[in-house]
Amino acid sequence: MVPRRRRAGVALALLLCAPLARAAAPGAVAIDNFSFGPASLTVAVGTRVTWTNHDDDPHTVVSAAATPVFKSAALDTDETYAFVFTEKGIYKYFCSIHPRMQGTVIVE
Amino acid sequence: MDQGNAGSAPGTARRQVLKCMVWAGTGVLWTVSGGVPRSLRLGGEAFAATGGDFNFVQISDSHLGFNKDPNPDSSATLQQALAEIGRLPQRPAMVLHTGDVTHLSKPEQFDTAAQILKTANLDTHFVPGEHDVLVDDGKPFFERFGTAGSTGGWYSFDQGGVHFVGLVNVLNLRPGGLGYLGTPQIEWLEADLKGRSASTPIVVFSHMPMWSVYPEWGWGTDDAAQALSYLKRFGSVTVLNGHIHQVLQKVEGNVAFHTARSTSFPQAAPGDPVGPGPWKVPADRLKSMLGIREITLVPGKDSLALVEQPLGA
Repeated sequence: MVPRRRRAGVALALLLCAPLARAAAPGAVAIDNFSFGPASLTVAVGTRVTWTNHDDDPHTVVSAAATPVFKSAALDTDETYAFVFTEKGIYKYFCSIHPRMQGTVIVE
Repeated sequence: MDQGNAGSAPGTARRQVLKCMVWAGTGVLWTVSGGVPRSLRLGGEAFAATGGDFNFVQISDSHLGFNKDPNPDSSATLQQALAEIGRLPQRPAMVLHTGDVTHLSKPEQFDTAAQILKTANLDTHFVPGEHDVLVDDGKPFFERFGTAGSTGGWYSFDQGGVHFVGLVNVLNLRPGGLGYLGTPQIEWLEADLKGRSASTPIVVFSHMPMWSVYPEWGWGTDDAAQALSYLKRFGSVTVLNGHIHQVLQKVEGNVAFHTARSTSFPQAAPGDPVGPGPWKVPADRLKSMLGIREITLVPGKDSLALVEQPLGA
């Protein structure tokens, strides 16, 4: 059993952290060491999602749909790509240079 | 971020096996005879291409335009690689470049690469790496370095009694996948090899490894097995790849696979915690981890000899 006081502390921390995290990054995906973070991002309709490449290797952000919904050019170090999601759905994407790198944007 | 697989037990075991496959010495020569390589120390019983045998050179991953740690000047190290070629005891008949000529497929990077490579004054055959096809499915690359008459970028030619096959495995990569050849290319390969004598030495070259070196880092080719099935009947098959910026080798029957060093920057051993990006090695170690490879056909012996030549000690 978690002591009551500690539970209250955790709840308070969650209350404090959640709005802070959202304010810092409404729709941001970091590319670090050949992976997308977060691998799955949930955003509201109309959100502009921005990917930033922190690696020394170039990466791309390409929709995995049969007819790609979005497709970035190659992003060099510290370059960004942004896409505004205007429709609900589950958008899988990958790096077309390193196709093992995959991510998902869930638009609610 | 899910990196759960990176440190798992199977991954570690695989890493140990791969580490055993790593050969990273200086001045060691591989003789490929009957598909079984044998390493010899240079200076001892080693063979050197000085007797008029057919020899050629493989260079790879020059990444023109890359200027970060550990290599601020990839043009200079490519120039040094060409100087090493110039110092070989026997001038090579030609050069194979196994891709990633440029870092970002930029016009100025292609131009600089072409200008530097021209100074070697050697016939050079190219296959693209994924860094060369970042724009228009590789159109700028194929315009400069492609082979006339080739559709799709793959091609073959005969020289010095060897049949050379250049394959493209960096286009149309699929989500979650590795390198990819595709059905049209594999069908072309089958037709290209049909009717050739099994005693013809075959050299296949492509950018991404044609065996599963380390799929977790994308080091392999999804449909390589089918392509390789057409090569099994040949007595001597040598597969030369780049992409992983280090020398690894593997033998399967009569097929010997060799990955090459880069002329720009090294990458760490498969599964190493530093990850698959440019390996930021100390400046005084860089040159020892870059290099060229000389390959020689020994007439009458049906064997290919490989010599790894690093750019520095």
